[in-house]
Amino acid sequence: MSKVSSSTEEIVNSEYKYGFYTEIEADEVPFGLNEDIIRLISAKKKEPEWLLEYRLKAFAYWQKMTEPDWAELDYPPIDLQKIKYYSAPKSVSEADKPKSLDELDPELLATFEKLGIPLMEQKRISGVAVDAVFDSVSLGTTNKETLDEVGVVFCSISEAVKDHPELVKKYLGSVVPYQDNYFAALNAAVFTDGSFCYIPKGVTCPLDLSTYFRINAQDSGQFERTLLVADEGSFVNYLEGCTAPQRDENQLHAAVVELIALDDAEINYSTVQNWYAGDENGDGGIYNFVTKRGKCQGKNSKISWTQVESGSAITWKYPSCILQGENSQGAFYSVALTKDKMQADTGTKMIHIGKNTKSTIISKGISAGESKNAYRGLVKVMPSAHGARNYSQCDSMLVGDKCAANTYPYIEVKNKTATVEHEASTSRISEDQLFYLQSRGVDPETSISMIVNGFCKEVFKKLPLEFSVEAVKLIEMKLENSVG
Amino acid sequence: MLEIKDLHASIDGKEILKGINLSVKPGEVHAIMGPNGSGKSTLSKILAGHPSYEVDSGSVSYEVNFKNEDLLELEAHERAQKGIFLAFQYPIELPGVSNFEFLKTSFNEICKSQGVDELDDEAFDKFVREKMKIVEMRDEFLHRPVNQGFSGGEKKRNEILQMAVLNPHLSILDETDSGLDIDALRVISEGVNKLKKSSNAIILITHYQRLLDYIKPDYVHVLSGGQIIRTGDSSLAKELEDKGYDWIVS
Repeated sequence: MSKVSSSTEEIVNSEYKYGFYTEIEADEVPFGLNEDIIRLISAKKKEPEWLLEYRLKAFAYWQKMTEPDWAELDYPPIDLQKIKYYSAPKSVSEADKPKSLDELDPELLATFEKLGIPLMEQKRISGVAVDAVFDSVSLGTTNKETLDEVGVVFCSISEAVKDHPELVKKYLGSVVPYQDNYFAALNAAVFTDGSFCYIPKGVTCPLDLSTYFRINAQDSGQFERTLLVADEGSFVNYLEGCTAPQRDENQLHAAVVELIALDDAEINYSTVQNWYAGDENGDGGIYNFVTKRGKCQGKNSKISWTQVESGSAITWKYPSCILQGENSQGAFYSVALTKDKMQADTGTKMIHIGKNTKSTIISKGISAGESKNAYRGLVKVMPSAHGARNYSQCDSMLVGDKCAANTYPYIEVKNKTATVEHEASTSRISEDQLFYLQSRGVDPETSISMIVNGFCKEVFKKLPLEFSVEAVKLIEMKLENSVG
Repeated sequence: MLEIKDLHASIDGKEILKGINLSVKPGEVHAIMGPNGSGKSTLSKILAGHPSYEVDSGSVSYEVNFKNEDLLELEAHERAQKGIFLAFQYPIELPGVSNFEFLKTSFNEICKSQGVDELDDEAFDKFVREKMKIVEMRDEFLHRPVNQGFSGGEKKRNEILQMAVLNPHLSILDETDSGLDIDALRVISEGVNKLKKSSNAIILITHYQRLLDYIKPDYVHVLSGGQIIRTGDSSLAKELEDKGYDWIVS
């Protein structure tokens, strides 16, 4: 407990400790969104013609679309012309990109060190390979040698376009086509960087792979694109973290993540999302509109999404699984915490296509302050999915009486042999539980975080150990001062 | 160590305690008996600091380490940190919180407040296993969620385990005997007896006399209609058992 309380003390003084800004000379494109900007981004990245064409097609499609309004989110219209779609530190521009991370601008190294992600060779966290993405570019990837030995490709998507065009061409947009939704189309048109990962046949990835996304520049948005392919019989743990400076203006983050698992492959994808959430009055914060989807393409393949959503002013995110291969399995484990005036509309989609496919959904929503937290989930069983099974459990916990929690489960079953189970509950932290802990000497704030951590335990235990410790601390920090 | 003077208290505007006077000294065991609805549980919750109860008048002074505290000014967790312990009549479930984590957090929070070194996982594990022997609890209970899926008897044992771990100055046991079979009652009573010291005191709240066959009280008080209407030694409990409460209440 001593460790935890010292970390909470730190936070009383600085509510969001990742809210700093790094002064750095940036190479940016002008404000606005049009074909010229897209051509400019593509040129800066020295992209092949096919990719520019893909972007332009997506852009043309996007122009005919309208922003979705079905989510339980309330925000002023986003002016997409007031965003700079590319911003990269000058020192990492394409012309003279440093060859290794050790040669990076010390300011950038210091930034990541401050975020708890040391990139310098001697200081790296063991067992994890990190791709560090700063605004619109990847700064580089650690531990490449270890991965090279077994043939695992882990690099920025920009590098993959150059070095592995056949893989990118084959899979980019194969799970989330640009026609999918408004934000996915926007992303396809303007995406800048993100991670690419390919695990060859039969390889158990020797390291956990991790991407850390940092938004730094003012007036920019981050439009990252991640593509992860697990070939037959391979296995990988992938972790994702994100933070941004504290500002009064909102910033847009519209990412697309695609996962593909072939026969007998397994992907565990974990996210701890801690974007800046705005202040207690709801000013500032990241608008997080993200499309994440995995395709269990092969038989017996498995994809598992675990997310801890604790930041962003607005979260619009539904990590989903297309269960195409026979006996494939999808899982979604989620903790979403909202406080102050944050709004989250998050959940998942499980699409059962193959025979005997199985999906599990465990969602824990915690609302505090005046926040709104909605779970929205679809379980769809197609006529072909004989013997499909789903289990969903959605629990909401309310802290205080000004917040809201809602659950919107959509269930469509088109095969009679399917079994779909759904359980939902909403609870308030009970006065009796608090009194019980207090009568054992535990102060009210620690008591609340113990109760909330207990509530989230099923999800936390799905996270890799280090992430799980982080997640517990994060939730504790966020609940500071939410005792009414 | 505890001095209650003319205590009046209510919940939701309804007066429950109507002038309680009670004095407890170190080393003493006091039994508070009384019919249902007499205010026994209210008294225990007020002493532990439950926020739902309103103290209307009167005072509670608590002496610990030669210092007098106005108990009513302290929050529930501060009272616990100063050595007050309430064994709940209906122990609360904490889903997802393991018993080990719960006990260790409580123990360390109290250590911290008293300026004593906290124990790490390994040291606490050793410590708590010793304490579990006092109430004959199996190790598996350590890693189960607090009180979830425990039987009535197991929950009560768990309360006394907490008492053993926290080593309180003043323990209030609220109907710890209710719902126990005879074997569990024996184990729990023996546990409490082992924890008795000349420096600490125990208030036993009970409806029945049978607990007092195992834990011998120095004083027996009869609570009725929110007041203590009679005080005696353990023979008073026997008399109540034979004659029922009507004899004394009417």
